[in-house]
Order: sequence, then C-alpha cells, then structure tokens
Amino acid sequence: MKKSVCLYFQVHQPTRLRLYRFFDIGKDSHYYDDFADRTILKRVAQKCYLPMNQLLLDVIKQQKGAFKVAFSLSGSVLEQFERYAPEVIDSFRALADTGCVEFLAETYYHSLASLASEAEFSHQVLKHKAQVEQLFGQTPKVFRNTELIYSDSIGKQVYQLGFKTMLTEGARHIMGWKSPDYVYSCAEQPKLKLLLRNYSLSDDIAFRFSNKSWKDWPLTAEKYLSWLKQSEGEIINLFMDYETFGEHQAASSGIFDFMRYLPEAITQDGTFEFVTPSQAARKHKAVAPIDVPQTISWADEERDVTAWLGNELQQDAFNKLYAQTEKLSILNNPTLWEDFGHLQESDHFYYMCTKFFSDGEVHKYFNPYDTPYEAFINYMNVLSDFIIRVNDALTVSTPEVAPAKKKTVTKTKKK
Amino acid sequence: MRVLMFGWEFPPHIAGGLGTACYGIVKGLAYNGVETLFVMPSASGDEDTEAATIINASDVPVDTVSTSVEDFLDKVKFIHIGSNMLPYINPEEFSSIVEEERRRQVKDFRIQYGQKYKFSGKYGANLLEEVARYAMVGGTIAMERRDEFDIIHAHDWLTYMAGIAAKELTGKPLVVHVHATSYDRGDENHIDTRVLDIETRGMLAADKVVTVSDLTRGIVINKYGIDPAKVVTVHNAVDFSGRENLQVERGIRDKVVTFLGRITFQKGPEYFIEAAAKVLKRTTGVRFVMAGSGDMMNRCIRHVARLGISDRFHFTGFLRGADVQKMFALSDVYVMPSVSEPFGISPLEAMRTGVPSVISHQSGAAEVLKYAFKVDFWDVDAMADQIYALLQYPALAKFAAKQGFDEVNTLKWNAATAKLKKVYESALKQ
Repeated sequence: MKKSVCLYFQVHQPTRLRLYRFFDIGKDSHYYDDFADRTILKRVAQKCYLPMNQLLLDVIKQQKGAFKVAFSLSGSVLEQFERYAPEVIDSFRALADTGCVEFLAETYYHSLASLASEAEFSHQVLKHKAQVEQLFGQTPKVFRNTELIYSDSIGKQVYQLGFKTMLTEGARHIMGWKSPDYVYSCAEQPKLKLLLRNYSLSDDIAFRFSNKSWKDWPLTAEKYLSWLKQSEGEIINLFMDYETFGEHQAASSGIFDFMRYLPEAITQDGTFEFVTPSQAARKHKAVAPIDVPQTISWADEERDVTAWLGNELQQDAFNKLYAQTEKLSILNNPTLWEDFGHLQESDHFYYMCTKFFSDGEVHKYFNPYDTPYEAFINYMNVLSDFIIRVNDALTVSTPEVAPAKKKTVTKTKKK
Repeated sequence: MRVLMFGWEFPPHIAGGLGTACYGIVKGLAYNGVETLFVMPSASGDEDTEAATIINASDVPVDTVSTSVEDFLDKVKFIHIGSNMLPYINPEEFSSIVEEERRRQVKDFRIQYGQKYKFSGKYGANLLEEVARYAMVGGTIAMERRDEFDIIHAHDWLTYMAGIAAKELTGKPLVVHVHATSYDRGDENHIDTRVLDIETRGMLAADKVVTVSDLTRGIVINKYGIDPAKVVTVHNAVDFSGRENLQVERGIRDKVVTFLGRITFQKGPEYFIEAAAKVLKRTTGVRFVMAGSGDMMNRCIRHVARLGISDRFHFTGFLRGADVQKMFALSDVYVMPSVSEPFGISPLEAMRTGVPSVISHQSGAAEVLKYAFKVDFWDVDAMADQIYALLQYPALAKFAAKQGFDEVNTLKWNAATAKLKKVYESALKQ
C-alpha cells in the first residue's frame, strides 16, 4: 500500500470592523469596514486565490486525477467572494467539478463557538454545511474547526453532528513520542477519526519557504520529497492557510513553481499517493485513541487557545458576546443573528492578543490595529451597540420604558 | 504698570492648559490696567495681540546682549543644563568637571547662541535644551527692553530660567507662577531631578511665588522649602466668553458618567474605575466613559476587563476640539478623582455645560467650587455614593447643575488678576 499525502488549505478572510467610536453607540449600527474588506479581498484574489486555483486545476488535469486536495472556506470569506469577487467562487466550482477536490465543514463564521456554546456551534456548522452544498454541490463529510481547535469533548460534539473524520493539530505536547503521521481516533468517541497536521513539514512551506536565512533555502520539490520519504508513518497531513500561496509567500519566492512541480515529483516517485481527508479516513485504520483533555489549536508556539482567549480583555469580550446567545435565540431575528455571527469571528479576538514576544511577528502581520488595546476598545464599542439593539428588540413589544424609570414602574405595580 | 511675561504657549496653538491660563491672565491684567510684553518660544503670528505685545523668542538673536560672553554667562550662571548627572565623585573631580563645563559653555555659546534659534515651543525630547536657550534669549530680550517693563513674571519651570536671567541682568523683581509642580507630575520616586532643580532655583530666586491653589502653595512651602511669606495663592479662573453650549443628540438612553483628562497616575483613573464597578453593581442604565490617553491607559483597559464591566465602561482615546465639548454635552456626571491636581479646570468646563461634578479634595478646584461634590480620591465608596446619588435623584442633579453653572460663571480672570496685580505691587515695594 502506498503511503498518503493529504493536502488541505484553509480559506478565510475576516469581516473587519470599522473605526467605531463611543459617539457612534446607539446611533449607527453598521459595524464593518467594507472598503478594507473589498480592497484586501480583491488583492488576495488576484495574488493568490485565482492564480492558485488555476494552477491546481492545471495540475489535476495534468495528473489525470492522481492529484487531490481539500479546502475549507469560511462562510465569511464566501460572503465576501459573492459580494466582491464572484469569479473566485466560479473557479472553486471548477475545482469541485474535477471530483478531485473535497470541501470540508467548519463553523460558518470562523468562530470560537466550540468553546462557548454547543447550540451556537451546531447552528453554525449546519449553516456552513448548507452553504457548501449549495455552492459546490458537495455534502461535507469531514470537519475542520476554526484554527484546528480540538479537544476530546469537541470531538464528541462533532461526531454527534454527523462527521466521522476531523482535522486537528499534531501538537507536540499531546503527541509525546507518537508520530502525527498516522490516523488516530478521539478518546471520548472512538468512531471519530483524527487526521493530525504534520506541523514541521507544513510550516516548511507555509512559513519558511521564502526565508533566505533558513538553512534549507531554497526549497525544491526534490528536497521536500526526500523529507516526506523520511517519515515512517502512513500518512502525511499538510495543512496550511491557502493565502500562503502568493500572499504570505510572494510569487517572486517561487512558491507557485514549487507547487506546480511538487505533485509531479511525488507521483513519479511512487512512494506516496494523494488522498482527500475522506479517502484518508477510509484507507487508514486508526492506530490508537489520542487523549486531548485540554483544548489545542494550530496557533503559536503553545498550540493552545491563548491567542484568542489568553488575556483578560479577550475573556471579557468573549463572555460579554456569548452572554447574548440566549436572548438571541428568543428573538430569532435574522439581522441580529448575522451581526452576532460576524462579531464571533475569531480574528476579532486575535487582534486583542498581547503575546507580542514569541509570536508577535505573525500576529502583527494579520492585525489592522496598532495595539491590542485599540482592538479591544473598538470591539467593545461595537458590541455595546449590538447589545443595546438586542435589548431593545426584547422590549419592543412593551412600549418604551426608560431604563432609569424602570424602578418606579415595578414599584407601582407592587402597590 | 508693565510686566515682562515669559510663557511657553499662547492660544490658538496650545497643547496644555498653560496657554489658556496665560491668555486669561493677560486679558485680565489688561482690564486691570497692566500692560504685558508676552514672550513665547515660538509664536505663529495668529495670536491675539489685543491684550498683549507678543515677542517671538525665535526672532531674537542673542549676540547683542553683552560685550563679553563670559560676563553674560557669569550673570546668568549655570543656566545651561547638562544631562551629565554624575553621582559619587570627589570635590576635585567635580570642580574640574565644572571648569570644563564652563569652558564648553563659553565655546558653545559663541558657536550656537550668537544667533537666532528656532524654538519648537513644544514639549519634545530636547525640552531641557530649549529651556536653556530660552533663558539666553530671555536675558537678551530683557536687556533690550529694560525700559519697557517694571516687573518680570515667569510661568512654570519651563520659563523660570528665562525669568532668572532677566532678573539677573536687569535687577527688576521676579514673580514665578506655579501652575504645577514636579510632585503633581509623577509619583515621588519618579521625579525628574533636573526639572525639580530648575523649579527650586526659580522659586528661590523669585521675589514672589504665585500658586494656583492653597494645595500647591502647601507643596511649594513644604516640599521646596520656600519662605511662606513670599508665596501667595491666586486661584485660576476661566474664560467662557463667546462659548455656546453644544446641543448633541444622544445615541444612548443610558446616563453617562465621564472622566476626561490624561490617563496618568496623578489623575487617579483607577479610582474612577473602582467607583464605576461599585455603581454598576447597584444600577444598570448607566455607562462610564474614560476620555483621554496616557501612560496608564492600557493598564486601565485591562483593569476594566478584569472587573468584567467593559460592556458598560468605554474608552474614547484622546479627544480634541469639538469632541471634548461633545463629550461634556453627552455627560450626566463628571468625575475628577485626581490624586494631586494643582487646580484642574475640567470640572469648571463640565459645570459650565450644566454637568454636575464630583471632584477630589486633592485638587485646587475643590478650594473654589462650593457646588461640586467633593471626596477624597482614595475613597471610592464615597465616590460611588455620590455618582449614584446624582444618577438616581433628579432633584439633586438638577440643583447641582444649576448652582454649578452659576458658580463657574462668577470665577472671572478680572478678579483673579486684580489679586495678581497686588502681588506685583508688593514685589515692587520690597
């Protein structure tokens, strides 16, 4: 049996918040910086999504179906494609039509809902699933959580939502001596298979490719293949952001040429074959359950969730946001649901991260704010307006009662 | 009577409250029949010249001051402030360093000072150098115009050296005006000794020291060791002429409690946060706003998040111009919990907008405002109590707003400067 290589690319763009000042609270309920979203999306579409999709399509045709790849596109980025660059959706559809491309399920809003509320989590997963079905004519069978966030209990929930395979990080502290290059299973739900990211080989492409001070620069397809062959495992999972190609690693670094020749080099060599996550789960047996009592992710040195919930700012914002869940389910107002969704995007919390020192470089790259404090202030102003709208909607049936007078109203009732 | 006044800024281009106060003083002095020659490091030409003659120090070359540079430097002594603070050296070494410094200064003077110097007039990194150069130019101006004034008046440490130079060269009496001291700028362990040294020298050299409050007078006497007999309090006033109160449409129905100022240790922002948390435990329908920026801002944001009140406690960042008025207009209660505030003009602004104010006893404004609510800055329970009362009892809030508005309208510079004129007179008599 040939060994497997499983490629999966994450496609996401956040819905950025505009500069929302205290003076705007209660007056203006448009929260988004549409101009920045459009500008960035169009740029990334030109530099990455369109050329890379074309490249993958060419390779699939050239390899006559031997090359396979998986994507997960967040609902947020899909909305932006539809609004600003519908041609990108067409190009993904062309990839879907080859039959060599699998689309995965995730939370629609690229959110941290798995850490907050089971109901909200499943709501978003189902919403995303429906969207993928509608756009690409495929029912997602494999789940990938935001930032590969995973724990035993999340795994159990995911299985209950109907998925039999899930992707996560091969984090060193949960693996110990074990290799990520096998299929594992969830400790609490043995029927859920886990594909673990080989972070070292993934980051060679995603982070180190264009780094000239790296001892292995420049990276060639042959060199990379020789590294793959050193693995003793059954499957190598290469998971990375799709924006790696042409955006994080500029076209001038040769990343496109590398990706054009790598599939050919791998198939010609014959040690490996490409599989999608679904195929991988069918092909390989789980070798062992893996215990993950504490939540992990693919971010930062710690591979935990501290990039989003590590400090008091993030925690307070997160708690205040999810405290609205119950009220929203009573209201069931589509506009409010939508804003609630966009405010849940993990990126907003990422911008508030204060871990400047170890992973500051990566954080800075993705951050439109000068400081995490500015990010927090802006987010809380928006959230305050949102909470006012939620509360107003709740009291809308009863005629306007000024909050200050509430007390006297209840008093007279008692009498 | 004519006064040569050294300031650092003057409206319309101002960074702090000093320029506004100087403007009020100059106008008030004119009302009381005192003519002012107002010297500032960098004038832009659009200053109001009706009340005073503005002299731009950047236009004045220094080389005419004295026949001998050594003689001039002798008179103004070691005005040049070196950054070479050297602890633990023996007297011989010290004297050789002093000699060397002196030679360097004479050389420096010939090269650099014998010409015009373009002041930034800001509060930048080379502030101390600007202060020294300003003293040189100040001395020159005083000599050139020695027949045009009777007394010298210098505002805050930035101008004290210029005041001293002018006094040394002309022999006329010097009044220094203390708007703030080093003890108000930072906690006692983080005081810039170079600034402290200039302050002390200015106060010692002065014939009269004017302080903006009794609180500051106490600091001048106790911390700087100045003879109480020559320290006089002249409380600040405020000029609201031509000010219409802004009408702002409110976006939120909640009541708003505001802190507005630099977010630094001496402004007591953390006491405001603690009081806010206490009020929020008792009542909803209120929001707290901290407007401004400063070195404690990030710490305050974390503090608010830790208390879990960030959905009801907002930060606006630094506000300028109309936004400040807008913020006052949106407020229901204004709080100034300063740990040490020589005067503090902001509650007057709030009260003028019809916003009742809670201020700390540790502020000069507390000495003049009868209708502001006063608490000790550290007494967050009392602070929370008063904020709560002003929010919950409309009769009280209405009363405080009305009385406060009337009260601040009586605090006029004309009266304050009449007192200042008396100070001048007593200095001249000595």
